Amino acid sequence: MLKMTPLNHVHRDMNAKMVDFGGWDMPLHYGSQLDEHHKVRQDVGMFDVSHMLSVDIRGPQVRDFLRHLVANNVDKLTLPGKALYSCMLTPQGGIIDDLIIYFLSETWFRIVVNAGTADKDVAWMIKQRDELAPHLEISPRRDLAMIAIQGPNARAKVWQVIPGSQSLTEELKQFQSAAVGQYFIARTGYTGEDGFEIILPAADAPVLWKALHDVGVSPAGLGARDTLRLEAGMNLYGQDMDETKHPLESGLAWTVDLKSERDFIGKQALLKMPATHHLVGLVLIDRGVLRSHQHVVGQKDGVEYQGEITSGGFSPTMNQSIALARVPVQIVIGDEVNVIVRDKQLRAKVVKYPFVRNGKALI
Amino acid sequence: MSIPTQLKYSKSHEWVKPEADGTVTIGITHHAQELLGDMVFIELPEVGRNLKQKEECAVAESVKAAADVYSPISGEVIAVNSPLVDEPGKINEDAYSSWLFKMKPSNVAELDGLMDAAAYTELVENEDH
Repeated sequence: MLKMTPLNHVHRDMNAKMVDFGGWDMPLHYGSQLDEHHKVRQDVGMFDVSHMLSVDIRGPQVRDFLRHLVANNVDKLTLPGKALYSCMLTPQGGIIDDLIIYFLSETWFRIVVNAGTADKDVAWMIKQRDELAPHLEISPRRDLAMIAIQGPNARAKVWQVIPGSQSLTEELKQFQSAAVGQYFIARTGYTGEDGFEIILPAADAPVLWKALHDVGVSPAGLGARDTLRLEAGMNLYGQDMDETKHPLESGLAWTVDLKSERDFIGKQALLKMPATHHLVGLVLIDRGVLRSHQHVVGQKDGVEYQGEITSGGFSPTMNQSIALARVPVQIVIGDEVNVIVRDKQLRAKVVKYPFVRNGKALI
Repeated sequence: MSIPTQLKYSKSHEWVKPEADGTVTIGITHHAQELLGDMVFIELPEVGRNLKQKEECAVAESVKAAADVYSPISGEVIAVNSPLVDEPGKINEDAYSSWLFKMKPSNVAELDGLMDAAAYTELVENEDH
């Protein structure tokens, strides 16, 4: 039996093509994934991301616990409402999950984790809590839904629909959030566009969804979400990284704080880890489509190398195929590599990602 | 969308249109494009290539996945729909007018082994369940 979000019947009423996404019955698209993609880049679209889980951690000195639990430094969170992207690591430095931590107060932090990893994440958090900070309360919030409204007109549409939200959220910068009544509104997203992610009581989700739809916000499915995040150069857990990969070879060195004296789970392993591989962007030169798991091959300085595409696909904004690939660190921006696609070797150029931001191609 | 009755169908979701001059025109079905989603890349066989029945001969890729196209019959490729390469989305708009290639069959009897519209309709309905 597939799990369903509070918006499941709404998607079906809107004729969504539903798919099994890690055990969740989710909308892939509502007709055309390409149209939904362009709509988000040029106007506004909304995604049901209620399969993701909010986990509230409450109690005195939550911050101390999080200093140890995650690889990024929660001391960067100084203002209430501020958010931080981080990895949670195994002692070996493998990535258990990537997540967003919201600082609400010194006794209340909220962590939003991926759907597919939610159960193991919560189990891991509880295990660490029991050892280090048994006084803390960890609450998985399956009573909450989450809707992402993304695109250049996203904020204006939200302000139109949620009374009083404009004054409370228009000053928010990227990665800041505010509470508006029962809505928790964050200026975050997974598309490379401006917008909000709204966490709200599950029962209120269909009402907000319909209200947004009534003012012209089109629904967008997981298909468009994937092409948008790939263009935006954002990692997808399970594809671009997992427990067998560490952040430094996953394009996530910027989220790991190795400088402070703070010790966190996985730090010692990372300090000893030689960085042999890194994540780069690829733009396909020949005709075709790059896909995850395709092999990257070539020669550099007379030495043969191999790599692998972790996420690949067609970029609707650039109208060509792009990918993220894990390759040896000797391969750098500007190099040309070959990708094995079926029985052929296609040429691709190594580029710096993101590929697209705020509606514009950067390559 | 109704399945055209004047065409023949393969189990791998190609449609085949027997032409008056003895050649056949081949494409992928509406059901196939629906499963794949928005098409973004097409690779066609070379004109002059001799294909065996069920041989991989073209590639249709959508935003979601890559699918091989199999030759529904044996024969020689005599023409390809080159403009489609620049507009793969035409297949989503109308799968039955967006042909991929034309063949000169080498064994006409193979055409009789393909499904008619009624049999293909049944196949699609069974897949949906």
